[in-house]
Amino acid sequence: MAGWRVHRGTVLGLPVANIDTDQLIPARFMSVPRAEGYGSYLLHDMRRDEAGELRAGFPLNTHSEVSVILAGRNFGSGSSREAAVYALVDAGIRAVIAPSFGDIFASNAVNNSLLPAKVDDESYVALEASLAKGPQDVIIDIDTRTVTVGAAKIGFVLDDSWAMKLINGWDDIDLTRNHGGAIAAFKRTRSQTAGWAWPTAKE
Amino acid sequence: MGVPQTMLDKLWAAHEVLRRDDGVSLLWVDRHLVHEGSHHAFAKIRERSLSVAEPALTFAVVDHYAPTRGRSQIADPRIARMIDTLRSNATAHGLQLFDLDDPQQGIVHVVGPEQGLTLPGLLINCGDSHTSTHGAFGALAFGIGATEVAHVLATQTVWQRKPKSMRITVDGTLGPGVSAKDIALYWIAKLGTDGAQGHAVEYAGSTIESLSMEGRMTLCNLSIEGGARLGMVAPDETTFTYLEGRSYAPKAADWQAACADWTALASDEGAGFDREVQIKAAEISPTVTWGTSPEQALPISAAIPDPADVAPEKAAAARAALDYMGLTAGQTLEGTPVDQVFIGSCTNGRIEDLRAAAAVLRGRKAKVSGMISPGSTQVDAQAKAEGLDRVFTAAGLDWVGSGCSMCVGMNGDLVGDGKRCASSTNRNFKGRQGRGARTHLMSPAMVAAAAVTGTLTDVRPLLRGRGA
Ligand code: SF4
Repeated sequence: MAGWRVHRGTVLGLPVANIDTDQLIPARFMSVPRAEGYGSYLLHDMRRDEAGELRAGFPLNTHSEVSVILAGRNFGSGSSREAAVYALVDAGIRAVIAPSFGDIFASNAVNNSLLPAKVDDESYVALEASLAKGPQDVIIDIDTRTVTVGAAKIGFVLDDSWAMKLINGWDDIDLTRNHGGAIAAFKRTRSQTAGWAWPTAKE
Repeated sequence: MGVPQTMLDKLWAAHEVLRRDDGVSLLWVDRHLVHEGSHHAFAKIRERSLSVAEPALTFAVVDHYAPTRGRSQIADPRIARMIDTLRSNATAHGLQLFDLDDPQQGIVHVVGPEQGLTLPGLLINCGDSHTSTHGAFGALAFGIGATEVAHVLATQTVWQRKPKSMRITVDGTLGPGVSAKDIALYWIAKLGTDGAQGHAVEYAGSTIESLSMEGRMTLCNLSIEGGARLGMVAPDETTFTYLEGRSYAPKAADWQAACADWTALASDEGAGFDREVQIKAAEISPTVTWGTSPEQALPISAAIPDPADVAPEKAAAARAALDYMGLTAGQTLEGTPVDQVFIGSCTNGRIEDLRAAAAVLRGRKAKVSGMISPGSTQVDAQAKAEGLDRVFTAAGLDWVGSGCSMCVGMNGDLVGDGKRCASSTNRNFKGRQGRGARTHLMSPAMVAAAAVTGTLTDVRPLLRGRGA
């Protein structure tokens, strides 16, 4: 996973609240191996008509250059399906800006280099207004936790540990394997103090 | 005496291998449950030539894609491939698999408790948001994404920042026809689908203490729909009675020792919570959702809201929901015609749920079609032993095999475009039960009432004289 600090791209306003994981990627596409790419399933039923054709009026369809989405509160609520993040990432999205995120979605996002940038309600309203006419150029800086659109610079909130991970492109499995000794010691103690935590053999 | 601790504090401390300077903890995972959807995670560890660290603590269940009819010959090659992939991953890594023909098969969140794999004091992970269900036993149980599933497979640990604590206290006696489902929809409607975001919710109070394990599981299951990271209830005699003698639960002297440890898990007197919410059971009525988010829920006697009257920041969502749901503001919810009904899922597919629905349907006919999918093969067998299946089939509903089924439609059990379904499941999101499907969430008894009248209906009059 490649890390990043600054992203220059295009931000699109999708000012809808509660865009849940079932909307981000309907369940029927989730059996596809990742290698085949998930980008075309992003917001599938919003973007496409019953015949699977792209709807002309849907902004994401007319602006393929979009790399950042501004969305309403509670973005990514619902299921733990990481496929919702794959769909965004494979469609070229690097960051989502919203007033709040589903907890599991946000951690899945960070695990895939997608930034969940949380902004306060006031900033959300201001950004939404500036994007009402169409997508704009945007600069996102993880170090300074800022989003710049035109002359406006607004701050976002991001857990420090997540910022480190996004910047360095860290992979948790590698990090954790450095703690192998501590894990083995923990397991030994737990098996002595809470033996009931191990399943009894099937009868 | 030290500082009084919450159950969350105790469970967290018991699993913390280490804490980094930035406050993120590495936690030991006691049980890891996987299903067909875990294929991404298995692919990730395969890419890196890693093996499963603790195969004896990892259990695989076929549920999301499980056909509910004609299991021996799966017609759809994509579904067959998903199930075969899980089988070969389970075999390759030496994992116990509850396969389609296993008498212990079922939805992962039904099977775990039923087999005694779920116990108080454990940390339980599964690549599924409704893992919060297992918290009903006083476990730290939460859903994770595929990258984290791969991490647990490879290391038996998970990195987490400790959530904030929240206690929802419900006191008093629930009215007739009011169940755990209604408690959940009630608080989610009150606080919003992000109302508990970033929090671990502990349910307490006299109402919760008198709930059965099934009811507590329904409540903890739905915690995620209110944005909570997890839900939990302190273990007590109800918990122990449910678990004693289950296949994988401790036995004999170990059982006694375990119960003593588990009793100590309850939050200490005077422990502080970051947030407290108080609810009176008497305020709660049979509740149904009218929109496309679980927070869009109201008592069955209410009218469908006018977007002009709801809070301004929720008005656009309300308008879009009414449009999608094909409903008109001002109409009463009661009397809205439905096309079909569904009872099942990890939320409300347990034996008590089927009993509650059968109590309404016994001796009556359904006016619309519908499906009953027991949450596990064991629930199926128990229901048949009690003759419940015949109550449903005599009413004209289909009794099918166990699995996630119409909760998510991955196995092909879908609600048609524009069709309205009264459903005992957990998500009324757009397209959740199929493209264009219109889902109304409610308790199993309320689904049964909708079947009887063919409309959204208050179950209470239908229960009169039935001693339910
Ligand atoms: S029944 Fe529904 S919510 Fe539960 S695990 Fe299956 S798909 Fe998920």
